[in-house]
Amino acid sequence: MTIAEHLVRIEKATFGYDASPVLEDVTLTVGSRDFIGVVGPSGSGKTSLLRLLLGTATPQRGTVSRRPDVAVAYVPQLETVNWNFPITVFECVLMARSGRILPWPTRTERADVSRVLDRLGIGALAGRHIRELSGGQQQRMFIARGLLRRPQLLLMDEPTTGVDFTSRHEMLHLLGELNAEGVAILLTTHDLNGVAAHLPRLVALHRTVIAVGTPRDVINGPVLERTFGAPMQVLEHLGMPVVLDRHGAGDHRTSA
Amino acid sequence: MTAALLDPFSYAFFVKGISVAILAGGLCGLIGVYITLRGMSYIGHGLSHAIFGGFAASSLINVNYYLGAGVWGLASALAINKVTRSRRIGADAAIGVITTSSFALGVALLTRYGNKGPTFDAALFGSIIGVSAADVWALAGVTAFTVAVILLNYRALLFATFDPEVADVSGVRVARTDALLMLVLSLAILASLTVIGVTLVAATLVIPAVVARMLTDRFSRMLWLSSLIGAACGFVGMNLSYHLDVPSGTMIVLTGAAVFTVVLSVTGGRRLARTSRLGASNESATLVAPAR
Repeated sequence: MTIAEHLVRIEKATFGYDASPVLEDVTLTVGSRDFIGVVGPSGSGKTSLLRLLLGTATPQRGTVSRRPDVAVAYVPQLETVNWNFPITVFECVLMARSGRILPWPTRTERADVSRVLDRLGIGALAGRHIRELSGGQQQRMFIARGLLRRPQLLLMDEPTTGVDFTSRHEMLHLLGELNAEGVAILLTTHDLNGVAAHLPRLVALHRTVIAVGTPRDVINGPVLERTFGAPMQVLEHLGMPVVLDRHGAGDHRTSA
Repeated sequence: MTAALLDPFSYAFFVKGISVAILAGGLCGLIGVYITLRGMSYIGHGLSHAIFGGFAASSLINVNYYLGAGVWGLASALAINKVTRSRRIGADAAIGVITTSSFALGVALLTRYGNKGPTFDAALFGSIIGVSAADVWALAGVTAFTVAVILLNYRALLFATFDPEVADVSGVRVARTDALLMLVLSLAILASLTVIGVTLVAATLVIPAVVARMLTDRFSRMLWLSSLIGAACGFVGMNLSYHLDVPSGTMIVLTGAAVFTVVLSVTGGRRLARTSRLGASNESATLVAPAR
């Protein structure tokens, strides 16, 4: 993949806090049409990998190269958000337009925010306080904020944590649509069956990249054992791998 | 009755004092919104103590009080911000170490060499006696500057307060925005110290903002409500101070505490819950790498 085709490339990167590295010798390329899921247990370095991709962290060794002027949007974990903060859905989404000096939105900005909220099916909730939304609606709000930046790359940290089955299904459908429209997506997830198995490309991470490929390449016994440190049984159902949850792989909710 | 209420307004010192109290209350109420939402309520307390060190040092070396204490306070604020961002020690510990050291230095200098400005008690608890026309103008200038800073950086300040990590990757210059907030905070504390005092100025930052948060779920509304509550507490507190012959800072803070109690009893504990996690995201979010 040439620099024109990839949005971000991490090459042989080592990153950590103090003496102990969280990521070692990681190489990963995110292309302009990619839809990637990063799976791994708690402490495997998923969030650190996002930091490197975002540019908020610099590797101690190795390189991170970005295509010039690539627009990146980030959707945080819902657990890290202060839901008592006094803002409405509209105000939260408008934050993406932080370049304007004056506080009040222009007519164009109002129209843009309304359009993106309508697209995500939460237009009627624009005036609500952010705490009054369901988990799925809260995720959609942050995706709307990201989309208002017209990103080429959307990074999401555990986007399906705290959302119900229906919202998760709708979220994956929405992300698939965005990807088809040309937005590259990389998300971290602990949900092997509900999310990872449905994505076109997966990365198994445990301090370093264990495997990269299709769900069939990654969600299999040997790779999962190396990634999660315990044997896991994988069955195939309707052509998709299904992990039996005997060892609690689905409970790895957070990452380093 | 009316004559008694209007009596203090016949004194020039009181008019200057109440002008400063209203301006300081509104100004601290405005900045307090950002401070409380960032979970940095303690910084107001710490910075006022740090500025006391600057007040003593500038008095000692014959440097203008606003300049000397202002530079000292800003340096302390930036040091706290830097230490906090390094995440090697928490914000509370950074404030505890930096500001109490500065306060101790101030006490030592004043005790050893005396001072040429406000008395020790006036600096600690506030006094309307020493308020000069220059103090009023200085505070008016700081207020105008702060309003301009907030208007011209409204979105950046809001984004950096709500979600500093995402703001950082969305084009907001978070470090610059933080420094700007620390600058106006230092100036506001400095300009308010004469009337409110070192030990009580933190309350004027926190109480109006917390009361406003209990009354609204809108950020923009919280800004003007908090300013209004702060200014009203300044007005009422100064009048009570005159009539009861109690230090001005004390009565301004007690007035704020009374307003808090009334609003709490009217709106109920459910509204208080809105304030229970103010600034929580700043502690829990993890995407900004430690400084090296």
